[in-house]
Amino acid sequence: MTTKAKELIAVAAILIFSLIFYLGKTFGWEPTEFSTAVSLLVVILLLASLLWILVLTLQGKLIGRRVVFLYVGIAVAMPLFMKLSQEMPVSPAVQGVYDAVTELEPGSKVLIACDYDPPTAPELQPMAETFIRICFQRDLKIIIMGIWPQGPQQANLALEKILAEPDIAAKNLQYGIDYVNLGFQAGNEFVIQRMGGSFKSMFRTDYGGIPYDELPLVRNVKNFSNIDYCFNLSSGFPGTVEWVQIAVDRYDVELGAGNTAVQAPTVYPYLSSGQLTGLLGGMSGAAEFERAADARVKGTKYMLSQSVSHIVVIAFVLIGNVAFIMSGRKSALKG
Amino acid sequence: MEAAFEHFRLWLAAFLTLGIFSFLYKDNPWYKLSEAIFVGISAGYWFVVLFWDNFFGKFWVGAGDYTMQWLASVFTGGESPSAEGVDLMLWIGAILGFLMLLRLIPKIGWLSRWPLAFIVGATAGLWLINYIASNVMVQVQATMVPLFSTVFGAGFDAGSGVIIGGLVIFLGTFSGLVYFFFSKAHTGAFGTTARVGVFFLMITFGASFGYTVMSRMSLLIGRIDYLLGDWLGMIK
Amino acid sequence: MITAIVGITFVVSYFIPHFPFNRMDAWFADWFSIIQACAIVLGALNLLKLSAQKVIGKKKDWGYALVIILSFALITIVGLSEGSDYRDPGTGFDWLYVNMFIPLSATMFSILAFFVASASYRAFRARNFEATLLLIAAFFVMIGRVPVGDVITGFMPEGWRLSDLANWIMDYPQTAGQRAIMIGIGLGVVSTSLRVILGIERAHIGSGE
Repeated sequence: MTTKAKELIAVAAILIFSLIFYLGKTFGWEPTEFSTAVSLLVVILLLASLLWILVLTLQGKLIGRRVVFLYVGIAVAMPLFMKLSQEMPVSPAVQGVYDAVTELEPGSKVLIACDYDPPTAPELQPMAETFIRICFQRDLKIIIMGIWPQGPQQANLALEKILAEPDIAAKNLQYGIDYVNLGFQAGNEFVIQRMGGSFKSMFRTDYGGIPYDELPLVRNVKNFSNIDYCFNLSSGFPGTVEWVQIAVDRYDVELGAGNTAVQAPTVYPYLSSGQLTGLLGGMSGAAEFERAADARVKGTKYMLSQSVSHIVVIAFVLIGNVAFIMSGRKSALKG
Repeated sequence: MEAAFEHFRLWLAAFLTLGIFSFLYKDNPWYKLSEAIFVGISAGYWFVVLFWDNFFGKFWVGAGDYTMQWLASVFTGGESPSAEGVDLMLWIGAILGFLMLLRLIPKIGWLSRWPLAFIVGATAGLWLINYIASNVMVQVQATMVPLFSTVFGAGFDAGSGVIIGGLVIFLGTFSGLVYFFFSKAHTGAFGTTARVGVFFLMITFGASFGYTVMSRMSLLIGRIDYLLGDWLGMIK
Repeated sequence: MITAIVGITFVVSYFIPHFPFNRMDAWFADWFSIIQACAIVLGALNLLKLSAQKVIGKKKDWGYALVIILSFALITIVGLSEGSDYRDPGTGFDWLYVNMFIPLSATMFSILAFFVASASYRAFRARNFEATLLLIAAFFVMIGRVPVGDVITGFMPEGWRLSDLANWIMDYPQTAGQRAIMIGIGLGVVSTSLRVILGIERAHIGSGE
């Protein structure tokens, strides 16, 4: 059989598999959930197979790139079927954000700067949802904006979800009075700089084209001096660094941040210097924040996959190094 | 009809997701098609958002609309429009922006140097102050703090953890900076300090690697959750 | 000269935030916003130009260039025709964002997870003491930042578990290293900015080496 034929068969198999499950979903199949015993069995099998890879590597038989890919896929996908309970402590950095927002008086104005896009949404969207939920539960007023174009749109997705939750829906919150989305503006850190003088000059209309002065919530918000707390969700430049440099250090804004895990280590110096009140780093930060707020949803759900995938990566690092040491630290793995 | 549209929506997103994933096997037409759609959609997305939020929301609402109404009133002899909230200086930004677009026409592309010079100058001016204030002065200040407070009261902590932590921060930052000082040969006591700095930098890079793994896995979890959950309904 | 005037204005307005510097600072920030928007649009238009040249010249993979143009046209026409509330839930633009832009962009970056794992297996080696230190720090942070870390060290007293160790690494040695890098970069930015403002560095306008 030619390679092309094999590839076509593989694509057809994936399509048939998907169709079966999709039709199953359409006709009411229940989602699969592994029992604790099956979950443990899957984890043990995964670990045993990693041991087998170690043995193969020690024998000089290297596994291919695609096998590593397969393991990553399994490590991420399988835990989504499991229901193993897991507790994780809330770190002081995360507690800092939670304490800062819960200490605000009802009616306080909170600025949420959404500087992220869909690729980093798995990390930052749960943070946005939890933060918005806390704000609404505590009757805080939310002003959303972004210096990333997709940020305010992602915030709208979060708003839509949180506003549909029964306890929040019961509050009958009104756009323009309880929350506002000012949208995006180009100009990177210059947007923050300009907001220090005048919000209205930078955002003449809101997300949907309503003039700034026609929005009761922000009508009297001139600049940062009218904002009680700011929370920045950031996945790169421009983001938390720029908010610290301008909003915090020039205009004395109290700032908390939620960052992607890639960015979080780089802003830790701002945490210990007191320029940030707290920091949520990556998906674990999101899960800890959910725990602090006693609302365990997406971030917490994903943590099992995160744990198993970390174990798999650590295992691959260890296997590679054991083989490296056994070979007298000479040969590198190739292939 | 609505149900059919819902099925189409889910399958389209899954088709594009799997198209990108197919690159893991090898470069192929399905991936290339998905990639081309991604490039086109991304560029179009930016174009539309900038048109409405910046050109319309900022320039047109702030100056363009007023100018057009004023011109109309001049030619028709009507009443002048209200100038409240209008900022005619935005026209200069618009003109500079237009000059930037002239880069597309090679013959007069040199005009785009003016807005470019503006962008570089503005960035240099703002960064100069921001970086020296926030990333140098405040950080140096935060590094050289008392090991414990000299005033007793709320928050007072003179535990070994705080003292050791403070010393680690000082030693790590100082030795790291010594490592970055290349104007002097890294020998003797200076070289030893630089070597300690390298150790701290290695721990920093290790922690960053750990966080990078966490980040990359998170993104993958999000997509797998879509495929198995939203699309196929296999998980909750 | 433009570079120098604009740069000096931003520096001076920090120390003298009064007229005329505060006004100039505000104008310049507004102009920057519009110019940057035009620069991004320039990028999009340039992409279209190159794609069109590829299609017209029937160059290699011209079909994909045509897909780029069609995708651009689709979202642009939909977005521009829907008015200023084009992003509201239920609009065509929002539909394209949720069902095409999100899956494509999110998946494009998610595949990096596979390559990170593969690189860990093949290239992450404890070749010397420094590399070993890096590896150990990565190990403790990776295991300590997820719940499984505390499951493994659940028998230890609070404050001594893997999550606490990961927190300590992040809060102290990691912060110290990051701070050294941050101060180093800060000083570099300051000197480069000065060179640009004083006209010593002019490569950006094509008249320097």
